[in-house]
Amino acid sequence: MVPELGQFSLILAFCLAAVLGTIPLIGASTGNRLWIGLARPLATGFFVFLTLCLLVLGYSFVTDDFSVMFVAQHSNSLLPLQYKITAVWGGHEGSFLFWTWMLSGWMLAVCIFSKAMPDDFVARVLSIMGLIGAGYTMFMIATSNPFDRVLPMSPADGADLNSALQDFGFIIHPPSLYMGYVGFSVVFAFAIAALISGRLDSAWARWSRPWANAAWAILTIGIALGSWWAYYELGWGGWWAWDPVENPPMINWLIGTALIHSLAVTEKRGVFKSWTVLLSIMAFAASLLGTFITRSGLLTSVHAFASDPTRGIYILGFLGFVIGGSLLLFAFRAPLMKSEFGFAAVSREVFLLINNIILVVASAAILLGTLYPMVYQAVSGGELISVGPPYFNIVFVPLMSILVIFLGLGSVSRWKKTSLAYLKKQLLVVAIAALVLGLVLPLALTLEFSFGATFATALGLWVVLGILQDIRLKSANKPSLLAGMKSLAVSYYGMQIAHFGFAVILLGSGLTSIYSIEKSVLLSPGQSVELGQYEFLFEGTEHLSGPNFEAERATFQVLRDGAFVRELHPEKRIYTASRTPSTEMAIDAGFTRDLFITLGEERDSGAWSMSLYIKPFVRWVWLGAILMAMGAIVAVTDKRYRRLKTKTLEREAASDKTMQPVSS
Amino acid sequence: MKPHRRKKLTIIAFIATGLGVAIGLSLYALSNAIDLFFTPSQIAAGEVNNGQRIRIGGMVKEGSVAKSQDSLHVEFITTDYSHDLLVRYDGILPDLFREGQGVVAEGMVANGVFEASRVLAKHDENYMSVEVKAALDAAERDRNLTEMATEGGPSGS
Repeated sequence: MVPELGQFSLILAFCLAAVLGTIPLIGASTGNRLWIGLARPLATGFFVFLTLCLLVLGYSFVTDDFSVMFVAQHSNSLLPLQYKITAVWGGHEGSFLFWTWMLSGWMLAVCIFSKAMPDDFVARVLSIMGLIGAGYTMFMIATSNPFDRVLPMSPADGADLNSALQDFGFIIHPPSLYMGYVGFSVVFAFAIAALISGRLDSAWARWSRPWANAAWAILTIGIALGSWWAYYELGWGGWWAWDPVENPPMINWLIGTALIHSLAVTEKRGVFKSWTVLLSIMAFAASLLGTFITRSGLLTSVHAFASDPTRGIYILGFLGFVIGGSLLLFAFRAPLMKSEFGFAAVSREVFLLINNIILVVASAAILLGTLYPMVYQAVSGGELISVGPPYFNIVFVPLMSILVIFLGLGSVSRWKKTSLAYLKKQLLVVAIAALVLGLVLPLALTLEFSFGATFATALGLWVVLGILQDIRLKSANKPSLLAGMKSLAVSYYGMQIAHFGFAVILLGSGLTSIYSIEKSVLLSPGQSVELGQYEFLFEGTEHLSGPNFEAERATFQVLRDGAFVRELHPEKRIYTASRTPSTEMAIDAGFTRDLFITLGEERDSGAWSMSLYIKPFVRWVWLGAILMAMGAIVAVTDKRYRRLKTKTLEREAASDKTMQPVSS
Repeated sequence: MKPHRRKKLTIIAFIATGLGVAIGLSLYALSNAIDLFFTPSQIAAGEVNNGQRIRIGGMVKEGSVAKSQDSLHVEFITTDYSHDLLVRYDGILPDLFREGQGVVAEGMVANGVFEASRVLAKHDENYMSVEVKAALDAAERDRNLTEMATEGGPSGS
């Protein structure tokens, strides 16, 4: 009975979305206030019914209702409660429901935080999101209904949740990734609403910016969590593998990064309008493409979601419809998007343009590498190939290095026009300091020259020292450094925190790639092995019974120069219901290095195969991502956006020239 | 030329250069980073040069896995049910590696033996990799063709 309630809610949600996707849109075009006024209640209703769907599905999991096919496939009566709840997004149908619910959550947020925007504009935005929601709910009802039953022959127990997904990282990684992904549909809806109404002014850019920043921040966290989860759960000792399913969020993130920078230019200077709109469409297209790649099963990947060709075709059709329609609209409205201000060849606008080109090129290169096997197969008549990490590294690393150089130049330069002499004066000392320290620091720490380490350190320091130099400059004509720092806008600090985070990622990923060491060995209890400055002493294993698994738990003493560091306990588990083995890593996490052990298997002699890793600075990759997300959130809290809510109309009249060039 | 025209042209030149460099870099990188996929039958037919980096896929033959007792060395046979291929590997096998299941390995052929540098199995044991499936289908097609040639009629497959 209860699952049918979910089914009805889903259908009702679809109906509401279908009405939302049409009536307010028509109302906004014909000036019908009543129809415009329907947007907010309909969006709220869409959210309420999808929440109900989610609760019903959660209830079915918690009460072990194995007559629901999705529950039977992804749960088990022995599964611990928290994993029964998170199993809701542990498979295709449920995660799609979760995804759509996230969309409705963003719609609710738009309802709440849009009091200062004109009603017809909000109606258009919600209406467009409603259309997307209608597409998603129809997709669920037609091809992937999470409430499908197995009646009358219901299984007695479920098949269990994939053991790799029974983990804390899995509780939080998908929600944040989906939330970030779906957040870009808000920015997309803003762009389309602006295109329809012909209102491509800086007010539109200003309204979009907090949403773009928020979505980007959450996506950043989502990707970082995915990387962290893969690192400690999948056990290959890596934090990024360029897997075909890892790549779409990365593509989306790169386009999103380009978008938040381009929005800044559009808001401040009134230029790059058409480009910003195009990026908004691209960011949303990338999220749909990501869905398509994950669900269609066309690419081999470690993320083996149950796949089905009809789902792929539906999503591809939806993608074609949405993107085709958007681009058509874009083409019709292009003449409206005249730039208002000019800029010189050396100016912040130009540096941000370069930033955008590099980011878009990088995302295109990743897309090429991700889709190439598919295209190759089609062209060559079925020959299979794979594109490995070497390709992505060769393309991505140089592009990001160039990006970092321009990041330093761009954040110091001014809008409209900057003289080369000024840049040289401010940044020459930074460049020299970065190069010297980049050479000296790794050399002093390891007593060995490594070009890669010097390069990575110099690039990271170029950003960090550039930030310090910029803060010093901006406070130069204030009585004290502190007074100067206080006078800078909140959004300026947001930008600098994010840039600092980027430098931290750069240092972390660079140094960990260069300095990581690993060893795979076969050890009998009592034997030890040396790796770097550490000694790992294998004491033996003991048997352990978990709630839904049996495990062999090993004990290692880790010594450094003969002194005890800590004990580590990697495990080898076998999950009772599915009989799948699973490896639980043991990690000693540290600010400057991680120690990492994974167990292989026991040989007849009683010896175990195992891999040991030392990964310096690997934490910095995720630390940097957290800093970047923090920066974006800090920028959202800038009072500029809130002040505008009460003064929107006055601002419209005022010229953009009065804007402070300092904040960004 | 009008100033704004010139500006537009500069921007377009910028983008074109960026794209050109990117396409060049990508194609260069792609030409080096593609791993071609082969089946045990193709390798038996000598389609692969010694030392070429490739991927292979097939089923792990039942009872073929031999593990050394004093090192990480493992040997097993992959098969597409037409031809077998011996795989040698020094490393830890993935959790889902099992006899009678699909496997994909990266490495190179040396004197008819596959020296694997990486062995992959899937997250989900119900899921057969596209590559393994293609290998089995291709081998079955070939077997059917041979049967047709010998029997002179189509065989039910």
